[in-house]
This record gives sequence, structure tokens and C-alpha cells, in this order.
Amino acid sequence: MNVLQVSGVCKRFGGLHALSNVTFDMPEGQILGLIGPNGAGKTTLFNVIDGVYPPEQGQVFFRGQDVTGAKPYRLARLGLARTHQIVRPLNDLSVRENVMVGACFGRQGLGLHEAAKTADEVLAFVRLEARAAQLAGSLNVAQKKRLEMARALAARPYLLLLDEVLAGLNPSEITAMVEIIRAIRAQGVSVIIIEHVMHAVMNVSDRLIVLDYGQQIAEGTPQEVSANPRVIEAYLGDPKLAERLLAST
Amino acid sequence: MQLFAFLIDGLLIGFVYGIAAMGMTLIWGVMNVINLAHGPIIALGCFGVYLLATQLGLHPYLALLIVAPLGLVAGMLFYRLAIQRVIDAPRLSSLLATFAINMIVIGLGTAAFSTNPRALDVQLGSLSFGPVTILGTRLVAALASIATAAGLYWFLYHTRPGKYVRAVTNNRAAAELVGIPSQQVLALSFGLGCMLAAVSGALIATFFPFTILSGDVYQQKSFVIGVMGGLGHPLGALLGGLILGMMEGLLPAFLPTTWVPVFEFVLFVIILLVRPAGLFGGKK
Amino acid sequence: MNPWRHPGLWITLALTLGLGLWPVVLQKAALRETIFTILLSVALASSLNIILGYAGYISFGHVVFFGLGGYVGLYLMNTLGLSLWVALLAGGLAAALLAFLLGKAILRLRGAYFALATIGVNEAMRAFINNFAPFGGATGISLNFKVYQAYGGAANALWLVYTILLVTTLAMILISHIVKNSKFGLGLMAIREDEDAAEVMGVITPNAKTWAYVLSAVLPGMLGVLFYFKNGNIEPGDAFRLSSSIELLVMIMLGGAGTVLGPVIGAAGYQALRGFLLTNALFKNIQLSVAGILLLLIILFIPVGAVGWLRRRFPALRRLLP
Repeated sequence: MNVLQVSGVCKRFGGLHALSNVTFDMPEGQILGLIGPNGAGKTTLFNVIDGVYPPEQGQVFFRGQDVTGAKPYRLARLGLARTHQIVRPLNDLSVRENVMVGACFGRQGLGLHEAAKTADEVLAFVRLEARAAQLAGSLNVAQKKRLEMARALAARPYLLLLDEVLAGLNPSEITAMVEIIRAIRAQGVSVIIIEHVMHAVMNVSDRLIVLDYGQQIAEGTPQEVSANPRVIEAYLGDPKLAERLLAST
Repeated sequence: MQLFAFLIDGLLIGFVYGIAAMGMTLIWGVMNVINLAHGPIIALGCFGVYLLATQLGLHPYLALLIVAPLGLVAGMLFYRLAIQRVIDAPRLSSLLATFAINMIVIGLGTAAFSTNPRALDVQLGSLSFGPVTILGTRLVAALASIATAAGLYWFLYHTRPGKYVRAVTNNRAAAELVGIPSQQVLALSFGLGCMLAAVSGALIATFFPFTILSGDVYQQKSFVIGVMGGLGHPLGALLGGLILGMMEGLLPAFLPTTWVPVFEFVLFVIILLVRPAGLFGGKK
Repeated sequence: MNPWRHPGLWITLALTLGLGLWPVVLQKAALRETIFTILLSVALASSLNIILGYAGYISFGHVVFFGLGGYVGLYLMNTLGLSLWVALLAGGLAAALLAFLLGKAILRLRGAYFALATIGVNEAMRAFINNFAPFGGATGISLNFKVYQAYGGAANALWLVYTILLVTTLAMILISHIVKNSKFGLGLMAIREDEDAAEVMGVITPNAKTWAYVLSAVLPGMLGVLFYFKNGNIEPGDAFRLSSSIELLVMIMLGGAGTVLGPVIGAAGYQALRGFLLTNALFKNIQLSVAGILLLLIILFIPVGAVGWLRRRFPALRRLLP
């Protein structure tokens, strides 16, 4: 079954076509990479999928259900969770409470007691358990990124949208995060990941979609995409770079 | 014809409301603060003219020229004392800081002047055009308001500090990056806002009786006008003032005067809901 | 995690009960009037704290619920001859209904726009009641003195009113604590911190905000009935005074927004201070200014309020300071 189907989605901001006719299916259990230059419409696509912006045209189906234009909280309860490119911690709540919000209002809609247990499990999974009682505002950026991830995971989603969770992390933090993403998929969660850290996204994704100026210019396995001349021209630049990226693991 | 007379009268007063609202909206535009001390400063404007006229025997319009700079200085002082420290704090802090000024001014004002109504006796005769009679004081007040508004625009568009104010309104962080001394600009803006309030109060004193508590009514009118014109748009506030003035002039011809504020405030809430950028602004 | 085992809650309730019983034990009417004012502020500030402190929406119009409740209550008792109990219920319901309808409309607005809208609602309500003949228009409603006879005369009625207020205040503190330690409350605090993020995490924000608003309006509606029943008359200028709402904000700010204890301490402190200033020869005439200066000092130097400051200063006390 497809966890997500996006068909013919268009979104404009004034005269700018942020998304033009974006169409793809996403089978369950995959990791889908979404790449493209800055301003290509990647985050906008996330915002359309999770209901922050309704699209002007096209439809979005989540697990077979038409959710076009549905509110973000409805999608969250259906089993969609996401992280934000610019972290949005609930500063004056503790780290544990932040994660409990995800657990309480996500797919499972847990009660407080259960949510606290889930929060502790998830915090251990992203290795933030030592910070559970601290205020979220006091974390550093890498920790805040993991908190975003934990909040999303605590909802026990079917589909997880990760928006640049690797940006700004150092190499060892990136390795740790990639392991976490693989482990999430191993639990049966489908993942769409927006990323600029090429070697990571090439390696972790089963399939890639490339956006450029709101257009879907390529789709396929990492090998196919990195050999695609349009992608090289629009984004990767150097034909050899793609090979090196794939080889670097 | 009677209706036309009401309309003219309302329009003239509308200019005076308009500059009080310009001050409110200027402060909001520059620093996102709703100035809850606006009313008391309007009242201080009334008392400033009153005291200069009754104690020193100055002509009220001459007194106005003294009240205006005093309003500017008072506003800058208020900013430095009360608001500067909380300008980046959560919104409630800055709101309550301005309200603290409100309490202080009203408290001292009540102790000094009691709450008995005062009035200035300014006689300028009137102009008659057939059945339409315009009171001289209101005409002068409207002209003074227009001159004040024009002066503000000249300041904002043709002087360096004025351009700084506009830059900070637009984007404070960016303005700071290019070296604009933002705290001084914020203080100046708060001062200008208070100056407009004081001038408006001074003009009101020339044709309406007042107490130290009267400012509240005009403060609330400033909110209504500011929202009509789009918060943060001084020129919109002037137009909003005219609309409110016209409404207050015309509505009593159709419904009891006491219903006018019901109408005003319901309209105010509706505008907030459906056109938060104001009647003249584009969609946000 | 069990909210009932929070010692701070029981300490707060015990202190409030002790304060409330003080005039009962001494049977002093003058003291009762002083404590009445304090308890009323405690309950009102705690109710406002739900929408303000938990959900983060600044309302300048909280007194609208208090005033409306008072009008509905006095109308029912005076004109229709209904009992205080029915009036209390009706006052609460009227306020809840108003909050529900308002919530659907103006809670879409954020930040200062919401704050301004609440001012507009308060002023529109005042102006409307001013013209509303059944509620006595500009003169308001004066309670027929005979109404008190059903409650054993005016003197007894005052003690009855006081007892109801004490019970209501304790209930409000309890509600405040339960909400704070509930899933609903967690959703509200998520909204306060970042409404868009809360929505993305699944908090049904329009509903949560509306119910928080309704919950914060019910008790003020009932207390309005109680206060104006005791007062004997109500008129639009007093019932919908903007500065009464702002005073509640000040109390919350003094004590600490978003905490259970904050509004209690803030309200008690504010009223005690006000009482002192009003009776002190030196400050009597400028009590408002002195209060303003103190408010300013607190905003500038202790912006988190008394409870917030204590919690930061003495982390060990956190469990005692809900």
C-alpha cells in the first residue's frame, strides 16, 4: 500500500510557482530523499503534505485517504509527523514534556501517564534521556534537532517528514543521526527526508526526488538520479561529484 | 443640510482623533507595543494647555507649541525608564510597562487635579455658509492636526532620523546591521507617538471639557482608528480618524447617540477579524 | 506524576482555606470584607490565568464575563424573582456561552490583535448594556432589599455570600491545578510556546483555545452574580471597567503567569498592598501611582513573577511551588 500519494500538486506564492504539478507515490516502509537547490520548494512540499498550506491544485492522499487541505492536527492524528528545518522547541516546557506533546496528540493519542513512558523510551532512542528534566530552551542546536526528532517519533507515526535534520551537525553527529534514521525505518516507519548533506541522503534513501524551481526534474534510485544530466546541471554541478558521493561510504 | 453640518463637524474632530491614533499606530509600527499610556498622555496634553493658559496666561494655541515638545521629551523619558528593558521580552511585559506609566500618571494627576471637569474658554467665533456653521476652534484644530500630520510625514521622509524611524519600522534587525542606533530611534519614536497624543489632547481641550480620566475615551478611539487604518500605518490612522469622526457626526441623526459606541466597537472587532491589515491595506 | 500527590497544591489550598476561615473564626465583619476582596481577586486571577498563563492569550476583557454574570444574576433575582442559586448557575452559563461564541470568532487572532479585540468586546458590551432597557440601561439594576430576606436578612446573606466565595475560590485553585497537570493543559502550554508547532503535533488548537476560554469564563460569571448580589446594584461603567481586567493581569504578573500559585500570591499581594496604600496617610492620595511604580519595578527586574523567581532561585522548592 502507498503511505502517501501526491498528485498534480501546485502551490503559488503571489507570482512565484513554489510547486508545479508535483506527483509521486510513496510505498510503505521506504526512505524517500527530497533534494534540490535552495528555494526549490522542498519545505513547501512538506507544508502542503502536512496541511500547513492548502495546495491550489492537486490532491494529497495519506494511507488512501484524501487529506488535501486538511488541517495539520488532523494529519498528525492520522499518523503523520514532521520535524522543522528551523527547530521549534517549546522553550518553557521540559524536554520530556515536549516529547509528551507528540505522544499525547499524535496517532495514538496517549494519556499523560502512557505518554510519559513513551517519551522516556523515545528520548533514550535519540539519546537525550539525560536531558529529560531540563527546559527545552536550554538545549544546544544538535540536541534541539534530536528533540524535534523525538517529538515526531513519540507520535508513533506511519510517515515521518524530516526537514534537514543533518544541517549544522558535525560529522560524528551526522553519523549518529543517520543511524537513528535507519533504525526508525527498521521499525516500519516510512520516511521522507529533505537534505543537503549529499553523501548521507544518497546513502540512506531508497529513492530520490529532485525538485528545481518547484518542478520535479528527476526521480529514481540514488544511482539513477545522480547519473541524470538534468540533475547534474541543476544541482550537483560536477558529473564526477555524484560518483564520489556514492563511493564515499 | 443639517446632516451636512454634522458631517463637517465630525470630519473636523476626526482630524484631531486621527493624530492621536497616528501616535498610537506609529508606536505599534516601530516597536509592536500597544501603548496603554496613550490616554493619560492625551489627558496631560489637555492639562498642559489648560495650566499654561490659566496659570501663565498664554494663549492656548501658543501653549500648544510648548506642550508638543514636552510630549516628545516625556515620551522619550517613558521609553527609557519603562520600556527599553522589556522591548524584547514577551508581549505582556511591554503592555504592562505602558500600563504602569498609565497608573503612575493617572495617580499623580488625580492627586494634583482631582477628577473634576475642566474647560478652556476659547472663543474664535464661527463661520457660516448658509445653514452650515463651523466653529472656529474646530476649524483651527483640524488645520493644526493636518499641519502636524504633514510635519510628521515631512520628518519621516525627509530627515535622517525620520528615515531611521522608517528603517526600524521595516526591520529592526536589518537596521541595526547597517549601524542605525535602534534604541535611540525607538525612544524617538515613542516620543513622537506621545507628542502626537499630547497635541491631540491639547486641541481637544480647546473645545471639549475634560478630566484627568478623559484620556481613556480617546485612547479607545485611537485603537479603533488605528485598526481601521491598519496598525502601523500613520496615514491610514488619519483616514481612520476621518471615518470615525464622520460616523460620530452622522450616526446620531439615525440612532440614539448612546448607540454610537456600540456600533464603533462592533465594527472594530469585525475589522480585526476580517481585515486585520486595515480598511485600506492590502491583505497580509 | 500523580497530580494529587503534589504537596504544593495542598499547601496552597490550606493557606487559602486558613485565610478564608480567619474572619469566620473571629466573627469580624470588617475583616471579612477585606478577605472577601482578596479571595475574589484570587479566584478571578486564577481563572484568567487559564487562558493567559496556560494558553498564552492576553485578554484585556476578562471583566466582561464578571460583569455579564452580574447583570444576568441580578436580572433573574430582581425581575424574575429566582433564587441566588439559579442566578449563580445562569451567570456562569451566560459567561460560558459568551466565551464560547467569542472564542469561535476572536481566538483566531493572535498576539496583540487578540488583546485589542478583547478590548473591543468589552467596550462594545459596556456600550450595549448601557442601552439595554431590560438591564436598566445607564442606571443599571438595583437589587430590591426584600431579596435578601430569603437568605435571613442582609447580614446573614453577607456571610452566605462569603462562604460561597470561599468554596468557589478553593474550587478555582483546584481546577487551575488539575488543568495544568492534564493532557488538555499540556496542549494549552504547547499552544503558548508555539501555536503552529502545536498544531503540527496534533493539538486541535481551535478547540483547545475555545474550551480554555470557556473554562476561564465560567467562574467569573458566577462570581459576578455573587459580587453584585452582595453589592446590591450594578451599572455599566463599573461592571465593564477596562482597568479591572488589567488589574487582574497585573496580579498574575506579580505572582507569575502559568503557575497555580502565582495568581494566588499575586492577587493576595496586590490587594494587601492596595489596602495598605489606601489606608496609609502618606500614600492615600497617590496609591495608584505607588502601585504603578511597584508594577514597573517588578516588570523590569522580576519579569517571571514571585513564583517564577523563587522557582529559579531555589530549584529545590519546585514541588512546593505549583
